[in-house]
Amino acid sequence: MSTSTDLPVAAATDATARARDLLGVTRLTNQALTRWLHGLPGVDQVGCEARAAGLGTRSIKTTSKQWAIDLAISMIDLTTLEGADTKGRVRGLAAKALLPDPSDLSTPRPAAVCVYGDMVETAKAALGDSGVKVAAVATAFPSGRASMAVKLADTKDAVKAGADEIDMVIDRGAFLSGDYLTVFNQIAAVKQVCGDARLKVIMETGELVTYDNVRRASWLSMLAGGDFIKTSTGKIQPAATLPVTLIMLEAVRDWRDLTNRQVGVKPAGGIKTSKDAIKFLVTVSEIAGEDWLDNHWFRFGASSLLNDLLLQRQRMSTGAYSGGSYIADDSPSTAY
Amino acid sequence: MPTFEYAPAPESRAVVDLQSSYGLFINGEFVDGSGTGFKSISPATEEVLAEVSEATDADVDAAVRAARTAYTRVWSRMSGTDRGKYLYRIARILQERAREFAVLESLDNGKPIKESRDIDIPLAAAHFFYNAGWADKLEYASLGTNPRPHGVVGQIIPWNFPMLMLAWKIAPALATGNTVVLKPAETTPLTALLFAEVCQQADLPPGVVNIVTGAGPTGQAIVDHAGIDKLAFTGSTGVGKMIARAISGTRKKATLELGGKAANIVFDDAPIDQAVEGIVNGIFFNQGHVCCAGSRLLVQESIASEVESRLKRRLGTLRVGDPLDKNTDVGAINSRAQLDRIVALTDAGEGEGATRWDNGCELPSKGFWFRPTVFTGVTQTHRIAQEEIFGPVLSVLTFRTPQEAVAKANNTPYGLSAGIWTEKGSRILWMADQLKAGVVWANTFNQFDPTSPFGGYKESGYGREGGRHGLEPYVKTGA
Repeated sequence: MSTSTDLPVAAATDATARARDLLGVTRLTNQALTRWLHGLPGVDQVGCEARAAGLGTRSIKTTSKQWAIDLAISMIDLTTLEGADTKGRVRGLAAKALLPDPSDLSTPRPAAVCVYGDMVETAKAALGDSGVKVAAVATAFPSGRASMAVKLADTKDAVKAGADEIDMVIDRGAFLSGDYLTVFNQIAAVKQVCGDARLKVIMETGELVTYDNVRRASWLSMLAGGDFIKTSTGKIQPAATLPVTLIMLEAVRDWRDLTNRQVGVKPAGGIKTSKDAIKFLVTVSEIAGEDWLDNHWFRFGASSLLNDLLLQRQRMSTGAYSGGSYIADDSPSTAY
Repeated sequence: MPTFEYAPAPESRAVVDLQSSYGLFINGEFVDGSGTGFKSISPATEEVLAEVSEATDADVDAAVRAARTAYTRVWSRMSGTDRGKYLYRIARILQERAREFAVLESLDNGKPIKESRDIDIPLAAAHFFYNAGWADKLEYASLGTNPRPHGVVGQIIPWNFPMLMLAWKIAPALATGNTVVLKPAETTPLTALLFAEVCQQADLPPGVVNIVTGAGPTGQAIVDHAGIDKLAFTGSTGVGKMIARAISGTRKKATLELGGKAANIVFDDAPIDQAVEGIVNGIFFNQGHVCCAGSRLLVQESIASEVESRLKRRLGTLRVGDPLDKNTDVGAINSRAQLDRIVALTDAGEGEGATRWDNGCELPSKGFWFRPTVFTGVTQTHRIAQEEIFGPVLSVLTFRTPQEAVAKANNTPYGLSAGIWTEKGSRILWMADQLKAGVVWANTFNQFDPTSPFGGYKESGYGREGGRHGLEPYVKTGA
């Protein structure tokens, strides 16, 4: 089977050579990729969901809960990805990242602010050298339906504006039609233009549907050079479920065993409560291991999660629940 | 490097109102036993929980008489609909008092609270609900014509799932119109005695359920009593054989659910991560004190080392300790005697040449504990591949072809359960057909449901419990 892409051959050379080596083939064809991905052990849906549910019953209390809440805050990619985003809103989000809880200055900062490419400059200016990263979604986010030239231009634009991290989307259409080589080449090409920026590969697991597909997409993304594998855009349901994240954590764990290269994981979309976040951290700890319990290797893509974590944090330090009125926010939720 | 230390998360004991001593439950009331009382301890701490009476031959006789009277005067005359009402009432009370039962079960047995809370007690209630539904529909259960009870049933249950085994025994017996004399195991009598309180709370007519505590001699008295019409026993194959011998030539019927040495068979196309979970659940669930435990792992040679390394990594995350902590995965060994047996058999395993590995976890200083242990390089002739260890010990063997897997799986005097892990549906069906085991799980292990019959081949016993089939041993049919 051959596939056509309009990529410059040189773009993906490094990744291709690495992949050839790993697959033990002289030429990286779609057939070789298919054989490799379909040779991965299958995932039993019922067993996988039972395991995730079991991890969800861990009871995290007192000191370990305090620790987990602070860790979760530090792992957030504070996100706004709306058509209605303005510079003012992005500045507000950046301010929130710099000072998550004005009533408690010991509160850790989120890892990054995640915005559309045209807002990178604004976010960068607001965050300065605070250490809070700027992540930009790129490659015709969220659908990914654009020519490769447009996707690369989108990425370069964000990198040029100062993005520390690029969140790209894979071509789910190509993946579902079995054209793994195109997906591989596109990731490799985007990685190439990222320069020093770390690349998160959004697989949009809600569109891949099966856990077997999630596992294959994870391995394909890592093979092509992704620094992070990420569940979702947040625009499609279901987004970041615990079983899907569990499969991805198994993938990065096994990938490191195989290649000595560590890849991060980012569940994004639908994680709204501290309780949920802690279940994810338990899963990180028990599936991938402690090496991933760090915001360099694990992130939450979220917007409302931070406020619930702050509420729980206040509750644990004061002993009483406050409420939404005590959580300063530039775009407060009407739910409070 | 950060570490995710789980702070202690103990379930409160306050929900359980333990008395300092318990009598026997005969004819709807607690009475003192005439034997020498004994203590029930917590295997996790060796703390004495309560004093329990020992039922002598005379006490058992009183219990059988009470059961007979209740049978002839009340229970056999009652409509199935009304019997069902009592069973539904018991089921609902078990649900209402679930936490109390779960905590007491973990205290007395040593099993993790997450298991007693999520499995033992909810399943026990589910068995009562399920059998309650059959009580007025026995003619439609395909049991034969004119199904009717035997009379008084003697039931002897083990210590590994005290409440669940009680429910497996009592629910179908009452649904079919029998009355019961039940003996819980001597190391775990407390939830059965709490169940006696539930019978009172449900206004169950006196004598329909009688609970006598004690050890072997009490059980012997039940088996030998002339007033017993049918026996149901779950426990070791040794005791099962004694019972079979004792009742041969009498009119007594019996169902026996005995030991096992189940093969959990993993093929090279299995979903490996889930298979590893299934292996863990198969042998470390309830500290391996499970008659249908997957104590022999048969793994295809081509993936043996990969499965082994994944399994060991997984066992490193098992949390062994306080049974009442909600994060505990593996609790205490039920008794010193059982611990001694596990130690003796594992020593034999090492002596016979198998390679021993354990997860090296810290163990509490008091109580009875054993680390999750894996033996590799095991062959069929090793004792650890033949004898039931009944502890958290897995023996790993390999095979090359499906035929060899079947032959090895069946090469045991037992035949209670088996597991198959493969993505190939046709192979699952072929294997299930070949395996001499009462229960065969495919791509899962240790799943239980009241609607599903359970029981063994060969030395794992006879008769089925659960499902429609579980009603059969409790009725006689025909003209």
